[in-house]
Amino acid sequence: MDATISELYTIIERGVAGERALIATLEKIQERYRYLPPEALVLASAWLGVPLSQVYSVATFYNAFSLVPKGKHCMSVCMGTACHVRGSPRILDWLETQLGIETGGTTRDRLFTLETVNCLGACALGPIIVTDGEYAGQMTAQKTNRLLKNLKRMEVKHG
Amino acid sequence: MVELRASSIPEVIEEHLAESGSAELTTTYVTVCGGTGCRIYGSDDVFEAFKQEFSRLNLNGEVDFSIKSTGCHGFCEQGPLVVIRPQEIMYVHIRPKDVPEIITKTILEGEVIERLLYIDPHTGEAIAKESEASFYKHQKRVVLDLNGLIDPFEIDEYIRAGGYKSLETVLTKMSPEDVIDEIKCSGLRGRGGAGFPTGLKWELCRQQPEDIKYVICNADEGDPGAYMDRSIMEGNPHRVLEGMAIGAYAIGAQQGYVYIRNEYPLAVRHLRQAIDQAQERGFLGKNLLNSDFDLNVNIKLGSGAFVCGEETALMASIEGRIGEPRPRPPYPSQSGLWGHPTNINNVKTWASVPIIINRGADWYANIGTENSKGTMIFSLVGNICNTGLVEVPLGVSMRELIFDIGGGIPNGKRFKAAQVGGPSGGCIPAEHIDVKIDYESLTSLGAIMGSGGLVVADEDTCMVDFARYFMEFTQEESCGKCVPCRLGTKAMLATLEQICAGQGRPGDIEYLVELGQEIRKSSLCGLGQTAPNPVLSTLRYFRDEYEAHIFEGTCPARVCKGLITYSVIPENCTGCMVCLRNCPENAISGVKQEVHVIDVDKCNRCGTCMSLCKFNAISVS
Repeated sequence: MDATISELYTIIERGVAGERALIATLEKIQERYRYLPPEALVLASAWLGVPLSQVYSVATFYNAFSLVPKGKHCMSVCMGTACHVRGSPRILDWLETQLGIETGGTTRDRLFTLETVNCLGACALGPIIVTDGEYAGQMTAQKTNRLLKNLKRMEVKHG
Repeated sequence: MVELRASSIPEVIEEHLAESGSAELTTTYVTVCGGTGCRIYGSDDVFEAFKQEFSRLNLNGEVDFSIKSTGCHGFCEQGPLVVIRPQEIMYVHIRPKDVPEIITKTILEGEVIERLLYIDPHTGEAIAKESEASFYKHQKRVVLDLNGLIDPFEIDEYIRAGGYKSLETVLTKMSPEDVIDEIKCSGLRGRGGAGFPTGLKWELCRQQPEDIKYVICNADEGDPGAYMDRSIMEGNPHRVLEGMAIGAYAIGAQQGYVYIRNEYPLAVRHLRQAIDQAQERGFLGKNLLNSDFDLNVNIKLGSGAFVCGEETALMASIEGRIGEPRPRPPYPSQSGLWGHPTNINNVKTWASVPIIINRGADWYANIGTENSKGTMIFSLVGNICNTGLVEVPLGVSMRELIFDIGGGIPNGKRFKAAQVGGPSGGCIPAEHIDVKIDYESLTSLGAIMGSGGLVVADEDTCMVDFARYFMEFTQEESCGKCVPCRLGTKAMLATLEQICAGQGRPGDIEYLVELGQEIRKSSLCGLGQTAPNPVLSTLRYFRDEYEAHIFEGTCPARVCKGLITYSVIPENCTGCMVCLRNCPENAISGVKQEVHVIDVDKCNRCGTCMSLCKFNAISVS
C-alpha cells in the first residue's frame, strides 16, 4: 500500500457516529487509494467502533469498493440497456481480448483495469467507455482500438 | 402543527426578487445544454466559446443578452444543443467554431442560420423553433419545464421563475392537513414505479405520534437505460428540495436525506450547491422563511448497489449497513430510518409537489387518465431515432411516444418491442403499440410503469438474449438475503444462457415459467418479486423465438453466439486484410487483394470482423 498511517489519520475522523459514518469513511479511503487497503479497514474498525466483520461486509457488498489495487488507467464499459442493444457486449469482448484480461481484472503491468458499470445515463451516446473519468461515446471496435492505442502510446512517451 | 410567524414571510421572497433584478425572464439569452449527455459531446467548450466571444466583441452593455449553462434540454440525440430565447431558435450539434457566427448573425442581426437548425428526418424540413420540432411538439413539459431555461447553479434563477412560492404558500396559508388533502386531490401517485398514492402515504406518516420523523428522496436511479431523475437533479435541484420541504412540513419531519447514486457526479455537485444556497436563503435549515418549522437536508451517496433503490434497503444503507431489505410491515411510514416514521418518495414525485401546490390540485388532476393523473417522464433509449428525455401526459399512446416524439426506429428497421420498467418490467410488443400508457394498462400487458425507462428494441434484437441480459443484471444485483431471489435468479439465468448457447432442451420454457412464478411469489423484496418479469413477458409475446432457439437451433435475430456463423461474401470482399489483422482468434486467412476465408472452428463469433468491414463483405447466418 502506498498509504502512510499518518495519512489515514487525516482521512478517518476519529470519534464520529460509529456505523453511521462507515460508508462515508470507506468512500473517502477508496477515493484516496482507489482501493481499500487492509490496514485502512482495521483502522476504520477501531476508530469508528464498528466490528471488523461489519466493515468487511460493507466493503464487499457495494460495487464502489474494491479490496484489490487497481491499474493506472481504469476503463469502464457501460452495460446499460441502451448500450447493450447498441453493441456494448462486443466492445467489452474486444477490450478483454486486446488487454488479455477478464472484466474486473488488471493487466500484469498494472497499467489497465477493465470494469463494467450498470448505466451512466448518457444513453444517446452508447456504447460508452469511461477511461479515468473521461467519457467516450458511440464506440465501435475501431474507435476502441484507437482509444487503447493512444493510451498505450502516451504510456510509452510519458511513462 | 407548527406555529407560524407569518407576517414576515412574504417579504423574504420579495426581497430576493428585488435583489436579483427583474422578476421575469424576458431579455434575450442563450441557453447551452449542460446535461451529462451534451457535456460528453463537448457543450462545456461551446459555453466557454460563447463567454469568450462575448467579451472579445466587448458587447457588454451594448446588447442586452446573457449566456447560461442549463440542465438537460432532453433532446440528447442532437447535442450539444443551443437555444436562443425568448425567440426559441434551436441549433443542434454545435461546435465552438459555430459560436462567432451565432453571435454576429443570430443575436446581433436576428438572422437564423439554416445549416445549424434541426432537420426533421421525415419531412426534410429545417425547424427553427424549439417547440415546433416533433420531439417537443407532442410533449407536455410540467416537471421539466424549467430544465432548459434556468441555470441550476443559481438559486435566484429558480426564484425568479416562481420557485419557492409554493413553500411560502404552504407555510403561510396552509395547515399540514390542507397540504395532504391537496396532494390527495391531485391524484399524484409515486413516480418511483409502484404508483402508491402520495397523499395517502404522507397521511400515514403524519398520523404516527412520534416526534422524530424523516423524509427521504430516493435518487438511487439504478435501472439501466433510465436517467430521468438525474436530469431533474442536474437541471432543477431546487424544485426537488422545495417539494421535500413541503412534504416534511405536511408530515412533521425535521430531517431529510437525498440518497443519490455515486455514478452521477454532476447531479451530486448541483444538489450540494442547491442545498447550500437554500440554507443561506432560509428555504432550508432553522426557521424556514421565518416560521417555526425546521428542516435540514443531507446527501447520502449510494455506493453502487441496485437493491438500495428498494426503500428498506436504502434506509439500511443510510444507517451505514449493507443494503439488505427487510420484510414489511412495518412500513417505513410506521418504522423507518433508525426506527422512526419515514416517508420516502422518488425524485419525480417530490419535484411534482411544488407544481401541484402552485397550480392547484384540480389543474394537475385534469392531466392524465381516470386513475393515473399528471405527467410521466420517460427516457427514450435504445434503437430509436430521438434518444432523449420526454415528458408526456399519462394516457398518451405508445405509438405517439415512439414514433411522433421518438422519431421511430433508425436505419429503416422494424419496431419489435418496447421494454418498460427496466429489469423489473416487461415488454410491449408491436401488436400493442396503440396502448394508452398508464399504471393499469401497462400492468395488464405484463409490464410495469417503473420509474420511466423505456428501451426500444428493433428487429435485430434477440428477445431471448434481451431477457438473459436483464436476468444477468438482477442476478448480479441480488443481495442474497432470501433464497428464492438468490438461487432462483441463478437457476433462471443458467437456463437462459444454455438456450442462448444453443443447448436449450425441451421443457426449458415450462421450467422458466414455473420458476419465475415461484420467485415472484416468494421473494422478500421488489427486486426478487419483479426479477422474472422480463423473462415471463418475453415468453408471453415472443415464445416463438424461444422455440426457435430450443427446437430449431436458430437465433432468428442472429445475435446468440452459439447459434450463428460468420462468413465472407466473396463478391464484396476486396482483400483489404483489415478483418484478418484484427481477428482476436486469428480465424481469418487470406492474402492481400484476394477473398478472405473465416475458419468456423476457430471463430469465437465476436463480430469484430463484421463491425470493422467497410465493404459489407461479412455475413452472419
